[in-house]
Amino acid sequence: MQRDPQLNANGELQHLLSIEGLPREILLQILDTAESFAGVTEREVKKVPLLRGKSVFNLFFEPSTRTRTTFEIAAKRLSADVINLNVSVSSQSKGESLLDTVDNLSAMHADMFVVRHGESGAPHFIARHVAPDIHVINAGDGRHSHPTQGLLDMYTIRHYKKDFSSLRVAIVGDVLHSRVARSQIHAFTTLGCPEIRVIGPKTLLPAHVEQLGVHVYHDMRQGLKDVDVVTMLRLQNERMQGALLPSAQEFYKYYGLTQDKLALAKPDAIVLHPGPMNRGVEIDSSVADGKQSVILPQVTFGIAIRMAVMSIMAGNK
Amino acid sequence: MTKLPDAEALCQQLVRELKPRIGPKTAMVGLYTGGAWLAERLHQELRVEKPLGLMDIAFYRDDYAARGLKHDPKRTTIPFDVNGAELLLVDDVLYSGRTVRAAMNELFDYGRPASVSLVVLADRGGRQLPICAQHVGAKVEVPEGMRLRLKRDAAGKLALALEADRAA
Repeated sequence: MQRDPQLNANGELQHLLSIEGLPREILLQILDTAESFAGVTEREVKKVPLLRGKSVFNLFFEPSTRTRTTFEIAAKRLSADVINLNVSVSSQSKGESLLDTVDNLSAMHADMFVVRHGESGAPHFIARHVAPDIHVINAGDGRHSHPTQGLLDMYTIRHYKKDFSSLRVAIVGDVLHSRVARSQIHAFTTLGCPEIRVIGPKTLLPAHVEQLGVHVYHDMRQGLKDVDVVTMLRLQNERMQGALLPSAQEFYKYYGLTQDKLALAKPDAIVLHPGPMNRGVEIDSSVADGKQSVILPQVTFGIAIRMAVMSIMAGNK
Repeated sequence: MTKLPDAEALCQQLVRELKPRIGPKTAMVGLYTGGAWLAERLHQELRVEKPLGLMDIAFYRDDYAARGLKHDPKRTTIPFDVNGAELLLVDDVLYSGRTVRAAMNELFDYGRPASVSLVVLADRGGRQLPICAQHVGAKVEVPEGMRLRLKRDAAGKLALALEADRAA
C-alpha cells in the first residue's frame, strides 16, 4: 500500500495537504499542541525559539488576507524568517512554471512552503517535488482542501463544546465550491462527531455528497433544528459559473442565517464562519456580531493552530 | 539495586529548609511533570502567597532540531507578575542542567525576576552546563543507562524510581 504523502516513514506529519487521510492521533496532537501555543499568544513576549534560523515561504497564487497574515504571524511567533510571495503578480505572469518557482525558492534555502493555489492538488504536486527536508502546508487549493482552516474550526468547537462525541453539527450554504466544508466533514468524521448535516440548495451541494457520511437538507429550518454548531460558508461569487442561483437576495431569504433561523438550533449553539463574510448574503449582521458568534475567536485560534502545525512538522525528520 | 531516598522525607526536609526564605515577594514555578508535583506540595505547605506557576519547557528545549516537538506539551501558566519576584524554580531531578537552562529562557519571556533559586528533590550529577541548585533534597548516584524519576500514586504520595533511559 502506498504511504500517505503527508506522513514520513515513521508515520509522523511531513506535509499538511488535507485532513482526509490524517490519523486521529495526529489531529489530536495538533489540537493539543495548539492549546499550549494559545498560552504563548496571551503573554507579553509572544515568541518562542523553535523555528529560529528557518525560512518559511508564503507562496500565495491566489489572494488572501486572513490566512496569509495568520500564517505569517504564526511563523514569526515561532522565530522563523518569513518571506511573503504574491506569485500571481510576479513570476507566473512572466511565464515561469510552478516547479521552476519552487526550485528557485528552494535554492534560497527554504525550509517550509505555505501554498495557496486556485488549482486543486497544486500543494500535493509541490510536496512530491521538493527535497525530503522541505515541508509543505496547503493553505487552500481550489475546491479541494483547506486543512488548517478545518483544524482551527475543530479547535474552536472543542474550546466551546469540549467534546465531539455528542455533537450535532450543520454546514450551511455553498458546499459545492467550499474547500472549508470538505475539510470540516473529514475532520468531524475522524474526531467521531455523530451527526453531520449539510444544508443548501441542490445547485450548491456536490453530487453524491451523502457518500461522505453526511445528512443532506435543502430546508434551513429543518436542517438547523437542535444543532450544537452551525458553520456558515461564504457564497463564492468568484467561483460561480453559470446560473446556480437566481440572486444573492433570494439566497439570503432561504439560506441566510438570521436570528429567527438560528433560534431553531440549540440555545447554546455556536456560529462559525471561515471569512470573509458577505453580510446580508449568507449571514445577517446581528448574528455575525451576536453572542453566539465565535467568528473572531476562530481567527485568534488560527494562529495557535498554525504554530502547532509548523512546529510539529519542522521537528519531524 | 541502588537504595533510593524516601521522596516524602526529602520533601519535608526542603519545606524546613525553605521556610525562612518565604516572604511577600516569593513566587514558585514547577516544571512539568515531576517538578510540578513537588512544587504543588511545597507551595501548599510553605503557604506561598502568590499563586503557583507551572511550566512546560517543550517550546524551549535545545534538542528540538534532533528530536522534534514532544507530544502533548502542557500549557505554561504563570499567574503572577514575574517582574521583581523572588523566584523558586522547582524540578524533581537535576542532571545535565539543560531543562533548567530552557526554563530560565522561558521565565525571562514573562519578565525580569529579582532573583531565581533552583530547588530540586534529587541531584544526580552529570552537569553539562554551568548550573547548580541552591536547595537540594539529596544527592543520588544513578547507574549508567538509567533514569531517575519522580512518581506520584493515586493517593498523591511521592516516590523516586529508577527506570531504563530510553533516550540513552
